[in-house]
Order: sequence, then structure tokens, then C-alpha cells
Amino acid sequence: MILALTNATLACPVGGVTKGNVLVRDGVIVATGIVDIPSDAEIVDCAGKTVAPGIVDLGVAKVDRAAFRAGGIVRIGLMPDQSPVLDDPGIVQRAALIGKPDLWIHPIAAATRGLEGHDLAEMAICVSAGAKAVGTGKHWIADSGVMRRVLAYARDLDVTVIAHAEDGGLTAGAVATEGETATRLGLPAAPAVAEALAIARDLMLAEDTGARIHIRQVTTAAGFDLIRAAKRRGVAVTCGITPAHLHLSEIAVSDFRSFALLSPPLRAEGDRRAALDAIADGTIDVLCSGHEPRGPEEKRLPFTDSSSGMAGAETLLPLALMLVRDELLTLERLFALLARNPARVLGLDTGTLEVGKPADLMLFDQQAPWQIVGEEFLAEAGNTPFDGLPVQGRVLRLWKGGREVR
Amino acid sequence: MRTSDHRPAALIEGGAVFPHRHLTGIDGLQPHEIAFLLDEAETWVGANRTHATPDKRLAGLTQINAFFENSTRTLLSFEIAGKRLGADVVNMHAAQSSVKKGETLIDTAMTLNAMRADVIVIRHMSSGAVRLIADKVDCPVLNAGDGRHEHPTQALLDALTIRRRKGSIAGQRVVICGDLLHSRVARSNILALTALAAEVRVCAPSTLMPPMIERMGVTAFTDFDKALEGADVVMMLRLQNERMDGAYVPSTREYRLRYGLTLDRLAKAAPDALVMHPGPMNRGVEIDSAVADHARSAITEQVEMGVAVRMACLDVLTRRARGVEGWA
Repeated sequence: MILALTNATLACPVGGVTKGNVLVRDGVIVATGIVDIPSDAEIVDCAGKTVAPGIVDLGVAKVDRAAFRAGGIVRIGLMPDQSPVLDDPGIVQRAALIGKPDLWIHPIAAATRGLEGHDLAEMAICVSAGAKAVGTGKHWIADSGVMRRVLAYARDLDVTVIAHAEDGGLTAGAVATEGETATRLGLPAAPAVAEALAIARDLMLAEDTGARIHIRQVTTAAGFDLIRAAKRRGVAVTCGITPAHLHLSEIAVSDFRSFALLSPPLRAEGDRRAALDAIADGTIDVLCSGHEPRGPEEKRLPFTDSSSGMAGAETLLPLALMLVRDELLTLERLFALLARNPARVLGLDTGTLEVGKPADLMLFDQQAPWQIVGEEFLAEAGNTPFDGLPVQGRVLRLWKGGREVR
Repeated sequence: MRTSDHRPAALIEGGAVFPHRHLTGIDGLQPHEIAFLLDEAETWVGANRTHATPDKRLAGLTQINAFFENSTRTLLSFEIAGKRLGADVVNMHAAQSSVKKGETLIDTAMTLNAMRADVIVIRHMSSGAVRLIADKVDCPVLNAGDGRHEHPTQALLDALTIRRRKGSIAGQRVVICGDLLHSRVARSNILALTALAAEVRVCAPSTLMPPMIERMGVTAFTDFDKALEGADVVMMLRLQNERMDGAYVPSTREYRLRYGLTLDRLAKAAPDALVMHPGPMNRGVEIDSAVADHARSAITEQVEMGVAVRMACLDVLTRRARGVEGWA
């Protein structure tokens, strides 16, 4: 059985943006470009539309199939902060299997037992059970000795440590970034430097141990400067961001909008601009949705009592395409950030349209206009800080390993 | 940045002189609207003092005081204000724990609404909680303090006290000193006093100073003696004991050394400077008894103005429902 996607614009992080066909056999890409279509192929005419690698969404909080399908996401890196925590091989293995065949879930195992930041978790056993990275979850490991041992041990296993970078001593109890908005609203707030402090320590420890580290979300100018300098020194660091910190600043929490309560919190406008610069100059490697659906019982509360997080899976592609429209990124680089780079962090050989790669493919319409309406989300909840925003770009069809995801 | 009464519908509710359905904060009020509330309150000061013929204009209306955080004096003040106007006043004490574990705040709001309250007075420990409730109920909501956000009736009673003692608020140099970081009283006072053209100085150790407070139109000081120079009004804030045992300030005696209002310190202010405190006071810490009980102290007068201001707010916010001419 051969699948042929024809007459498409192909957006490949390696091959660039071209026109042509993609042939898929046995779940693998066997040819791309101007190639002949076998007579027995199932043909999908993609004229005027774009074919790109399916999104690899690194660091989602919850498995939410309908949202991932709508968002063009074929693989997720699942955060260890589950209930129970992903620190046990049985739990990791179950998480790794439940999505197949349509959605491949790559668990990020807890780096410390119970994510408590004290004792090393059974990282090697969890990796053999299917974990593709280890992580600190939504928290920072306060004890530098523990963090150093986590990094050293993970280096032995050749897995990346995915870290959350906020100094817990500064962020305890905070729901916002210090600044005019937090002061006017009377919100408990932490200084933005909490992020750079945490990054600085973790980078030094990663450099010292030779470990690979991925900072899941970097959101401040000082943080980007540290990452940029570390990359120049050859430190094995990568970092990510969600569209929220690229398109919104702290002003979005005015009126106590709990849908804009995120972790890390929204930052000052200057930091938002620094994030756009970091996208343009390649400092940021990964764009992720940070998908964390939260129902009214967790969000229709006073701001300080609400849970953080946004339902981001369905809006990741159109919000990312805004960066292409604004000429911060080319379309091919966008898919490096959405597919190839996150796959690499997880040690996966996928995320491109190259021959021989898994046929994880997304067909989308770059121009299709629509309006973000949280209540209409397919996700488990509609908690989006972008409610009402008109956007362009919609996923039409999705294939995981050559098999259509419906 | 105007953040209150964000729904356009609010503009057509209430009367032309005070086109707001709720009082969730000073933010969003125009200077003339603040002055209107002060004028209204002024009329009740005299009535309260003379025990004149009772004016039961809120008779038959139900006022619910929903206090999710402990309070003695504010609750009492709202209760007395409602009762003087003839309202049926019901107090609801909701302990923090039961609310957090049980029904959500919105469920509580819907419950209060279903009981057909005519006005709801709310105190809550979370910033923004009062506005969340206001969006869900059909009757006017009065903020009696939400987290660190606002405490508008306190700011109004402070403004009324200053206006009565000083003749006007414009141009007065007002120093607000204490735990600004955690203080809703400070935020509302800054908004009200700057709206009424006072010169506002704020003073606190940097550990208790909200970042970028200058953006609210005030001058920030960490040196109390400098802040006091030429002050017409000195407004002290209460500092909770648990914040003075090393968390934000090393000790109470060290706090008193740098920020305690003593007679010596008061001498740096203008000779006729007015001393204020929202209470309850930590005598001997942020304010010495000799200052608190001084002739220039307006502290008990503030309490008196509190009742008048709350009567005015209850009256004004219920005018539309009562069908008062020009408000319905």
C-alpha cells in the first residue's frame, strides 16, 4: 500500500520549502519531490496546501488526543508530573503504550523520586521502560548537589535532562512577574531574575558534568543571554518556549484573567521582545504548546487560587505561523522548532520529510482563517489566553507512521 | 490602566453622577465620582452625631456581609451602616478552610444571588475575588477588602477624614508608611489620593515595597525621616506580627527604630500634620501611644467616618433598585 501526497508545498527542516509529492510505503517516507506516482497508490491531492512533519510536542501536561489530533501533533513528550508521578517503570511503560498507534507518547521520567528533589529516581529502568528523557517536572530542584548528581547520572545514560528554570526560593507563592501590573492588582509576584538565576546554576552544572540539558521554557532576556553564551561555549544546551510568551506580556493578566496564569508567568514587554529576538537568532530550539487543559473548577477561581496552565495544543500551529508571517522564521525553520529539534531532544530520528524517516505527516492550509474560541476547543478544557484572537493556519489531515489519524 | 467596571453595560447602570453598578475598587472611578461619594458621606456624619430622625431608606432590603476572611471592625462598621439605614443585615462568616475545600467561590456567589440579596458586601483573602463574584450576581457588590488588591471604603473614609480636617485634599503631602507590599489599604489610598490631586509619598523598607510603585503616581522612600519632611498627613499602616520576625523585617524593635512614628519623628512633619492609622494598631511598634493619642491624631475620627462612608455607598449603590428618581 502506497500513499501519495501530491502537488503539495513541502516544508522540511532539512530539505527546505519545495513543491512536489511525498510517497509513503509501510509507514516510511520512500520518496519526495518530483517523483512518479505508482498506479496503485492512494492519492491525496494537496494542491495549494502544505505538507510538513507532524508536530513533536515536548513537555505537555496531559494526554488529550482530540486536541493533539486537531493541532497536528503526532508525538508528545509527557511531563513527569502525572498522578502517579512518572518515576516507576510500570507507570512509564503504561504511559508509553496507551497512545499507540495514533499518538506516540514519549514519557519524560522523573529525575528524582516523586519529583521531590531529594533522591535519584530509577532513571535507567525508566529509560528501558520507554522514557526518552528525564526531567524535573514543573519544579526546580533546589538542592544543587542533587541537581548535579541528576545531570551526571543522566549523562551516563545518554539522556537529556529537561529542566524547569525558576528559582523556587524567589517564586514561592508567586502567581505573576513583579512589575506594574502585579503591583496594581496586588498579586503575589516574583522577580523575573528568578529564571536567570536558575538557568545560570543549571548551565554551570551541565557544563561541569558534560550532561545534555534542555530548559523547557525560557522567557526572559537575561535567560536568553545565558543560553546564548553557553551555546557559544559549546555547552550541550537547548531550550524551548510556548507561543504565549512570544505573543503576550504581563498586561494579559489585567482584570485578573486566570486563563493568563501560566508557569512561568507572563513577563514584561521587554522580555517578550527578547524572546522574539531569540526565536529569530536561533537561541530557541523548540516551540511547544505547554498543553495543560484546566476546567472551570481549576480556573474559575480568584486569580491567586487558580491553577496555572493553558490549553495550547490546538493553537500551537497558527500561533507559530504568526512568526513566519512576521518574518522571524522561515517555514522550514519553523518545522525544525516544531518537529526536528524536539525529536532530537528526545533522541528520536524523526521530524523531517527525508526519505527513510517515519511518515509522520501533517497536511495543513497556511491561509485558512479562523478565530480562537476556547469554548469550541476539542481539548478537555478551553482555557486559552488567546480567546477571540483571529488566526490563520489549520490542520486538515494527519498521518502517524503512514496511517491516518482520525 | 483602568481595570474596573470593564463591562460597558455598567455605564448605563446607576445614576449619571455615579454610573457604576458595583464598588469593587477605587480604580475606575473618576475624581468627581469619588468626590460625590465623599459629599454623600458628609451628610451622614451630621445625622449620625445628632441621632436625628431615623432615615430608614434601605428598609426592606437585604444586605449580606459575606466575609471570607476574619474581620472585626470593618464587619461591624458595615453592619452598623446597614442597620442605621434600615436594611436587614445578615452576616456570613466563611472560614477560609471550608471555602477552599468545599464549594467554589462562584458557587457561593450563585447561592447568595439565589437568596435575592439586595446588596452584598464581600471581604476575601484573594486579590480579584470580589470582582469575580460581582460578575456573577444580579445585585450591587461592595468590596470590603480583597487580598492585597483594594479596600475602597477605607480609602474613602481616609479621604473624608483628610478633607474634613484639612479643608481639601488637593496639594496635601500625604505620607503612607508601612507594609505596602501586602496592603490593600495602601493601594486604594494611593488611587484615591492621587485622583484627588494629593502629593503622595510612600515609605517602607525595600522588602515591603511593591516594585514599580512609582508608576501609580507616588514617590517612594525607604528613609522615613526624609519622607516625613513637610508632610501634612502621616498615614501609618499596620504591620502583621508574623512579618516582623525575620521574614521581611528582622524584629519589631528594629522596625520601630526605622519606621516607628514617635513624637520626635512627627516633629519632622508639618506642625499641623494629621496622624492616621486604619487600625488595629500595634502600639509601640509602628506608632507610639503618645502619637496615637495626640490631638493631631484622627484615628478615632477615621472609624466614625467609616460608618458614614459605608452608609453613603450602600445608599448610592441601591438607588437604582429602589427606583430613586434619576437612578432607575
